[in-house]
Amino acid sequence: MNGTALMLDAVHGAETRLADGFETVAERHRHEPEIRHVATDLAGWSRDHAARLTEAARDRGLSELAAPGTGFGHSAVLLRETSDEALGYRPGLLLLRDLLDLHAAAGANSLYWDMLTALAKATKDEGLLDLANSCHPRTRRQVAWARSMIEVLSPQALASAPEARSH
Amino acid sequence: MEPSVDRIADPWGARTPYGAGDRWPVRVDTYLSPGVREADVRQWVPSASLLHSNGDAMDIAVADGRVVGVRGRATDRVNHGRLGPKDLFGWQAGASADRLLRPMIREGGRLVECDWPTAMGRVVSRSQELLKELGPGSIGFYTSGQLFLEEYYTLAVIARAGIGTNHLDGNTRLCTATAGESLKESFGSDGQPGSYTDVDHADTLALFGHNVAETQPVLWMRMLDRLEGPRPPRLLCVDPRPTPVALRADVHLAPKLGTNLALLNALIHEIIRRGHVDKAYVEAHTVGFEELESGTASCTPKWAASICDVPARSIEEAAELLGTARQLTSTVLQGVYQSHQATAAAVQVNNIHLLRGMLGRPGCGVLQMNGQPTAQNTRECGADGDLPGFRNWNNEDHVADLAKVWNVDPEDIPHFAPPTHAMQMFRYAEQGSIGMLWISGTNPAVSLPELGRVRAILEQDRLFTVVQDIFLTETAQFADVVLPAATWGEKVGTFTNADRTVHLSAKAVEPPGQARPDLDIFVDYADRMGFRDKDGAPLVSWRHAEEAFEAWKRCSAGRPCDYTGLTYDKLLQTGGIQWPCTAEAPEGTERLYTDGFPWAAPDECETYGKDLLTGAATSPTSYKAMNPDGKAMLKAAEFVPPHEQTSREYPLQLTTGRTIYHFHTRTKTGRVAQLNDAAPEVWAEVSAPDADRHGIEEGDLVVIATPRGLIGARARISGIRPGVVFVPFHYGYWDTPHGDRPGLGEPGRAANEGTVTDWDPVSKQPLFKLSAARISSVRHDGEPSRAPTTGAGAPVAAAGVAPTAGGGAARATQSRGGAAEEAGGSS
Repeated sequence: MNGTALMLDAVHGAETRLADGFETVAERHRHEPEIRHVATDLAGWSRDHAARLTEAARDRGLSELAAPGTGFGHSAVLLRETSDEALGYRPGLLLLRDLLDLHAAAGANSLYWDMLTALAKATKDEGLLDLANSCHPRTRRQVAWARSMIEVLSPQALASAPEARSH
Repeated sequence: MEPSVDRIADPWGARTPYGAGDRWPVRVDTYLSPGVREADVRQWVPSASLLHSNGDAMDIAVADGRVVGVRGRATDRVNHGRLGPKDLFGWQAGASADRLLRPMIREGGRLVECDWPTAMGRVVSRSQELLKELGPGSIGFYTSGQLFLEEYYTLAVIARAGIGTNHLDGNTRLCTATAGESLKESFGSDGQPGSYTDVDHADTLALFGHNVAETQPVLWMRMLDRLEGPRPPRLLCVDPRPTPVALRADVHLAPKLGTNLALLNALIHEIIRRGHVDKAYVEAHTVGFEELESGTASCTPKWAASICDVPARSIEEAAELLGTARQLTSTVLQGVYQSHQATAAAVQVNNIHLLRGMLGRPGCGVLQMNGQPTAQNTRECGADGDLPGFRNWNNEDHVADLAKVWNVDPEDIPHFAPPTHAMQMFRYAEQGSIGMLWISGTNPAVSLPELGRVRAILEQDRLFTVVQDIFLTETAQFADVVLPAATWGEKVGTFTNADRTVHLSAKAVEPPGQARPDLDIFVDYADRMGFRDKDGAPLVSWRHAEEAFEAWKRCSAGRPCDYTGLTYDKLLQTGGIQWPCTAEAPEGTERLYTDGFPWAAPDECETYGKDLLTGAATSPTSYKAMNPDGKAMLKAAEFVPPHEQTSREYPLQLTTGRTIYHFHTRTKTGRVAQLNDAAPEVWAEVSAPDADRHGIEEGDLVVIATPRGLIGARARISGIRPGVVFVPFHYGYWDTPHGDRPGLGEPGRAANEGTVTDWDPVSKQPLFKLSAARISSVRHDGEPSRAPTTGAGAPVAAAGVAPTAGGGAARATQSRGGAAEEAGGSS
């Protein structure tokens, strides 16, 4: 597998997992309207990125990109039906934890796009460079959103929420 | 001019046409109680409208210690003597027999009357318990758009520096948050660029989601008089309903709900493509043109037509109108603010003016309108999200400056996160981290979305709710403590309208029973809580409204909303004056941004801005890099489809809105015979094709179902856009047998039973204008709907529907001004 194939496969996997992550968080925190709606929109961006990476691989005659596993974040994210109460958390803590995971995952994807950009320049692959230039800003906006929501929500969850009964 | 007119049947009265650049003629409107003549009036007490945001100046007629009528003030810059129907008749609500007269506390599950010390003692002891147990973040304040400036400012000092909580917001979040946010995004700070006098000069008027005829009728009278005068302006209207504005428009676009941004992006695309950009202005005064140009490059009229479901040709005509205007005045209201991608869309209207170089001179104004009468003051005073005086919570220098004004430590003013918005406060209350909510002058049990959820929040035992109001509203019925307040005409204070005009409202009569001005209640609380500044002096040092105003002036000094040149005496003598009013501009300031955008400089701006799609905050560093020299910002935003889509189960779009005859949740206007009779019961507007499809006839009782709840109403078959159902949001339950909610298993009459809990991620304004719904007819009895026929809800088939009229009881006088014609403010 050459470097381009390797990177397309890796970024495709990472974007697909990130889309899954945003969707999972949107569904789990559906009672937080802003989280639910914005996370759904942001999942759409990552899906779009993944589709464009697939196309880029096809254009370059590379083999089909593998469907990634569900490797996103910590295990609790796998539970789509859960709540702070069920896990014995103070209100808002589970959401903060999910946002931290999204921030980390989107941040890692941002580094992937940096690597893909460098690769595109090194191999003078203009199509790949255009792809990275088009997608990477949206990844940065995903990072900024997760960070912003953490900043907004953490004081209340950490400083004012009542202790959970069973934790 | 007819000497008197039925102002229910003819809400806008007689025309006084005028031409571009001329002075708007005076017309004085007066309504006095039956049997009262002007000669009987002992005193005329100055005030302004408190039932919409236009700020129509009026004098309150007093005889025998009671209010007996009102008269528009001929010399005032805002209305030149005119009044709207709510101004003329709405004051009668103050004398209703069911005013709250004594405080109440909940005992054994029921509200019982008590004295003030008992009620305040409960509020204070719960506050102190919560401060000890959970800290300041467990207390929230949810205020209004109808108190006075002095009251909001005092509340802001109490909440931010006294309690030290981040949780203070107004119901202005529902009406004006996007106006403020869009101005901040484009110009760095809040502050209305334009003036109502721009209507006198404009050659093109563009109204985006703004049914001005019903929301600010006096502003519409001004537009109508221009339209009927020589050289009338061209008129563009974007609205899904056949509003009076739409009927007069040269171009009317009725886009599918939730697609405003796609439409506006296409208009910008066309303005750029056709070469209508003022390149010198853009170069000198803005940043971001390249981004806006590339962001709208693919937004052709054809593209937008497929999303908005309006003809591409009409979009091109609208763009031509905007692109060829020489003096463009635009207004924006709830059709944009309460819909999908609200801030992003409102910002595009600012962009149109920046691209065309049409700001800061006569006829070239943007008016990002307000809904409620004193909404502007919640924004200025820091009772609606931001810090007082449009200070930036994220700028340590601004916080230090505020701390100096208040003589407190900067760390005592919470600025570790943005101030909490209303919807988030209710979420914290739902989760239990807010344990006390003090609601003043507003009625969330009718006005917030998804009422079943709101009631469940307010009902919780663990939430201590204080409600301060003039009637036992739906919300008050959930309270633990009810505090009876004085209202307009019973207390003194100032407030500011949508074009920055400040009015003084003086006291005409005593409040009923033990009701007290909101200011007194807040000051009493501050005293009992013992809030101190850092030298141990009382944090709230003022007792009276004028002292509070002087304190506010010190807080506003040097800020965009500078009030230092105003005094109560000056406002009494002059009438309305526009801020900023300073020693250098003692007459006030008609237009902002006549010479650049000083408040956009990185050290001055009220916010560093947000991502228009996600709401993510821009960092100070990024802002400085993007806008180092403090210019206006052209910001692009991509359209994304609305989150709540129609489906087979819910094929229609439900939108909510207003009628000219009612204000907010009808607590006042529902108690006024002329207004209530004009629109006595809730209705649902449906188009003729939808009525056919669902077997609905005029007046049928229908049920509108959404995933949240059911609304029952009589159908009005109107010229509304097919696929859309409109229900006015005014109607609640206080005058029904159940009092605070629908009967068990029955559909409600509050539109918000069905609305979705969703908000714009930038302004945090709830989206009342796009919920998926279905409609079905449940009973046909041949009776027509009693929806007004004068506005956007006029029936398509008039046969069998009586025209809305008020008869003799609604006759108000109107007269040419005479000598008063000479006087007047800055127009």
